[in-house]
Amino acid sequence: MKVEQISVFIENKSGRLAEVTRVLGEAGINIRTLSLADTSDFGILRLIVDQTDKAKAVLKENGFTVNKTEVVAVQVPDKPNGLSTILQVLDGGKINVEYMYAFVERSGKDAVIIFRFDDIEGAIKTLTENGVTVLKGEHVTRI
Amino acid sequence: MSPEFKPILTDGNNIVSQIWDPENECMSRDKLTQLQTDRLKETVERVNVNVPCYKDKFAKHSVVPADIQSLEDLSKLPFTTKDDLRINYPYGMFAVPLKDVVRIHSSSGTTGKPTVVGYTRRDLDSWTELVTRFMTAAGVTEEDIVHIAFGYGLFSGAFGLHYGAENIGASVIPMSSGNTDKQIMIMQDYRSSALVCTPSYALTMVDRMETLGVDPKSLALRVGLFGAEPWSEGMRREIESRLGIIATDNYGLSEIIGPGVAGECMNRCGMHIAEDHFIPEIIDPETEEVLPAGSIGELVLTCINKDAFPMIRYRTRDITRLDYEPCACGRTHVRMQKTMGRSDDMLIIKGVNVFPTQIEEVLLQVENCQPHYQLIIDRVGNMDTLEVHIEVNEQMFFDEMKKQRDFVLMLEKRLATMLGVSAKVKLVEPASLIRHEGKAQRVIDRRNN
Repeated sequence: MKVEQISVFIENKSGRLAEVTRVLGEAGINIRTLSLADTSDFGILRLIVDQTDKAKAVLKENGFTVNKTEVVAVQVPDKPNGLSTILQVLDGGKINVEYMYAFVERSGKDAVIIFRFDDIEGAIKTLTENGVTVLKGEHVTRI
Repeated sequence: MSPEFKPILTDGNNIVSQIWDPENECMSRDKLTQLQTDRLKETVERVNVNVPCYKDKFAKHSVVPADIQSLEDLSKLPFTTKDDLRINYPYGMFAVPLKDVVRIHSSSGTTGKPTVVGYTRRDLDSWTELVTRFMTAAGVTEEDIVHIAFGYGLFSGAFGLHYGAENIGASVIPMSSGNTDKQIMIMQDYRSSALVCTPSYALTMVDRMETLGVDPKSLALRVGLFGAEPWSEGMRREIESRLGIIATDNYGLSEIIGPGVAGECMNRCGMHIAEDHFIPEIIDPETEEVLPAGSIGELVLTCINKDAFPMIRYRTRDITRLDYEPCACGRTHVRMQKTMGRSDDMLIIKGVNVFPTQIEEVLLQVENCQPHYQLIIDRVGNMDTLEVHIEVNEQMFFDEMKKQRDFVLMLEKRLATMLGVSAKVKLVEPASLIRHEGKAQRVIDRRNN
């Protein structure tokens, strides 16, 4: 029910993001989705890739600071009110969202939302009890 | 030299080290004072004849060799500074003809021209003995495989430790610096048991081992002899826990002899200064006044048993404190505390005295924070600014922006408390800060540009 995500520290200067994607590309790693949070000094790049451990290893070899975290991927119909329903469920369960990002599935019918929770077990429990589709890790990395 | 080895047990872990030269290292204070006085008088007379720079300086200070009759008279002599060495570059300070000099070494010359120092054959022998003393005190024996990762060349560090280790009878690997992956391979394959390098390079090696998936504790390493740059107790703890070794400190500077001026015994309560060769004093770096025993100030050293390049009251610029209390190890020589920084590294930021080592202490108080950092001092308008750049590692990296920013704010707050001036913390990528031949460049001051 959990998805592995890697996060990479990048300095806010030209070429660093390109360097991350170059390293991953040369290692034959495919990026499924990503999100970048930034300040004026640095950014935190979060990635979901097809080979998490290999991605972490090659980035470390190339001198990046990398951490692995667990996130939750939720399937939502790609139509109005889709996200709102899920956020109401989480609010009802008093689950805090640390951050989230979204992408649309290849079929085009559904969106996938990646959530980072402090209380990941509680979040999964609340979501599944309320009939929300929580995707398996393999499902997301193999999209 | 046929030392009567005197084993000392220091704690429950059965750490044993020996005293290489008990006759000189454990000499009574009275005898030492007499020896120092005789050697000081002889040295002053000799440099007054052989080194025009000293002759002129003595004359300017209205002092003649005959005025020096006891150790108290030392303060009548003028100081020698790095500027004197620059003015007399390259051979002007030599006290013997060049034909008697068998070796030339040179300081790293981080500011301007390097300084040139010479050794006679007897000087090389004394140097070897002095290094042998502190390496023995650190527990190195003939059973050890000593891995020397100082750069061989003009820098005196590598050669000093090399001679000392060979004199002990250890097996020496003259590895030199750089090529970290190869260093690690040799350490694994040749079973290096004693590591010689700068403390910051030791941490660079552990980082690399972790990246390569080499468990540092699977190596045969058991002791490290680190020097050539100041390092804190926190850094020592980090090296010891991550490498699984005993990390010892030693002190020296090429102007005086190179490594071998002072080194720790197993009690690790300061570095014993070889007082039969050097007389230490502590002065106030501003007023140049000699301070009473136990005060913190700049270390001044006088060579009293050196032929080619005897320094008289040389201002080392290193800030430390001397402790004359007898040490449990049995050595009588005075102990100097780890250097706390350099009087010329002392930064005055917004009128407050700041030492880079204070910043290191703050970083090490934060769990798992490695001390790869750099200070950038600048002036915006009339205001000094201090930025601390820190290389991010996994323990201080969070995927949540809020936690990341809170971490930076916490560091800024602690720095402000410790230093008394505000500092902006900037996190940078690993290995992005400039290192100079393994020595970390800690300070960039842009105020005078």
